[in-house]
Amino acid sequence: MAPTATTTPAAGPRTAPPASHAERLRALRESAYRIRTHALNMAEVQGQGYVGQALGVADVLAVVYKDVLNHRPEDPEWPGRDRLLLSIGHYAIALYAALAEAGVLDTAELETYGSDGSRLPMSGMATYTPGMEISGGSLGHGLGIAAGLGLGLRHQGSRAHVYNLLSDGELDEGSTWEAALACAHHGLDNVTAIVDVNALQADGPTNGVLRTEPVTDKWEAFGWHAVRVDGNDVDALVAAFDSLRTHRGSPSVLVCDTRVGRGVPMLETREKAHFLRVEEHEWQIARDQLTERFHAECADRNAATADEEHTA
Amino acid sequence: MNSVGAPATGTRRLTTSAMIASIAEEGQRTAKAPFGHALARLADQRPDIVGLSADLAKYTDMHVFREAHPDRFFQMGMAEQAMLGAASGLAESGLTPFASTYSVFATRRAYDFLCLDIAEPGLNVNVVGALPGLTTGYGPSHQATEDLAILRAMPGLTIVDPADSVDIQQAVPALAAHPGPTYLRLLRGAVPTVLDEYDYTFRLGRAAELRGGRDVLFISTGLMTVRALSAARELERDHVDAAVLHVPTIKPFDREAVVREAAKDRLVVTLENHSVIGGLAESVASSLAFARVTAHLVPVGLPDEFLAAGALPTLHDRYGLSVAAIKDLVRREL
Repeated sequence: MAPTATTTPAAGPRTAPPASHAERLRALRESAYRIRTHALNMAEVQGQGYVGQALGVADVLAVVYKDVLNHRPEDPEWPGRDRLLLSIGHYAIALYAALAEAGVLDTAELETYGSDGSRLPMSGMATYTPGMEISGGSLGHGLGIAAGLGLGLRHQGSRAHVYNLLSDGELDEGSTWEAALACAHHGLDNVTAIVDVNALQADGPTNGVLRTEPVTDKWEAFGWHAVRVDGNDVDALVAAFDSLRTHRGSPSVLVCDTRVGRGVPMLETREKAHFLRVEEHEWQIARDQLTERFHAECADRNAATADEEHTA
Repeated sequence: MNSVGAPATGTRRLTTSAMIASIAEEGQRTAKAPFGHALARLADQRPDIVGLSADLAKYTDMHVFREAHPDRFFQMGMAEQAMLGAASGLAESGLTPFASTYSVFATRRAYDFLCLDIAEPGLNVNVVGALPGLTTGYGPSHQATEDLAILRAMPGLTIVDPADSVDIQQAVPALAAHPGPTYLRLLRGAVPTVLDEYDYTFRLGRAAELRGGRDVLFISTGLMTVRALSAARELERDHVDAAVLHVPTIKPFDREAVVREAAKDRLVVTLENHSVIGGLAESVASSLAFARVTAHLVPVGLPDEFLAAGALPTLHDRYGLSVAAIKDLVRREL
């Protein structure tokens, strides 16, 4: 397994004094970069493993785990925690990376991903992994469980919030919409759905398998407060989650448009597939491209900021 | 297509008589909505008890709980998958849910949710299925003739088929106290009260001998235990001495009691309100086979077919669940 990237500083604990907005975004982008690096390393060990989805959803998970969730990494069962339910069990690779980034898992454990006896199975299971709230994988289950958790936490006076990460393909499942009705009917403003619209499912592009667009309109018609953002734009994600935090009276959904393979140019342009094909010799190339792109984007942003300051 | 024979002219035509067909025999004592009342009483003592239904609270006796504890009842609408998912979430939040619908919907329709959201994580969710086996004349859409067969292979699930109101009243707190998931076959409405005449206490996972007998051993579950007791009483007149072993818990199955009693060289008749495939009869047969015990074993149960619609008494006669049919079978086999 390749060493974890050390070219960027570790993110500070959440108890640190409030940072400037720019500092907050910079730290989250670094988290997303590390999540991507972890995912590539894990996929290399396994030789495969939903790396396209993991790269696509990394920004969302970085913001959720480092900026949104009120949780205690050292005590993943803390009853007052906000919960993220991973419906899409095959995204476990990305969630393990995020749990390592959040401090729930040791980074060293990630290399056991998908191995016999590992706590990190290919498809996420609650009984295996600290911080994995549900056993996803059979799609269309997460939102129903979220509805019950939302009802139960509210009934007991808890202020904890329930997030459910699902995919656009999962919108094919009727049970997702049963649960969407239930959350809206019961006015569960402690439930937020996050839909990763990568426009790809097992048999091909979503619009060719079973058309789900217009996604935002559907959620709104079901009584949800819906916001749609570029799910690979950390700034937009932070602003969206900040605005959702104050929403009351109905459940919310954040529809996130993401790009499969995001952050690694070679994989962004590769033919899109549920299992993204990566040859053995390409993992190091992928890591190099990821790092190169990350630093280039940082430099671009710094230059833009300097320009703004200069103009001001 | 199935069809029920036309009734003889001059007699009153029996009707399907709504969904609330009672299984009580004439003159039998009954208790109203024993499940709903037992759950409401339990909830008086346990603040963690909550109830859910999928647009069938009124028809699963859950309305009694809803009226007693409105703040702890959650209506999920006609959406069984969402109901079982939500029950899982409620349990994850620390509450103890009872979720009711018809057995056909809890099993056939929402199986994946019972399996993965509830049984796999081993949550204390109690699923309550009404209209088990042949307890409605509405035909296959409502008759859960194979619910036990569907559920017996689910790891970690406790399955209870109560005989009467006494069984239900005692089972409800026992199921709530049991840490894992359970499935209760519900008898609703005016439910016979019979077992208080016997020295009987419901014990989860345990069979109970309700009466002894030298010639025949009835091994029965669910409402068929009440029929077995009636048949045993009436067979006394024919000088047939019949024992009744009531097996309210289908899983985990009390193999020890079943094998012990079946080994006593009597005609063994299994009686269940369920298909002869995958329920009590095959549980008994496999228990005996694995223990290398042989017996003259005859099943009373529903045939392996989609059953007819019609009036319940007519259907019970037709499919061999009536007391008269049980007595006939014993006379033939002895």
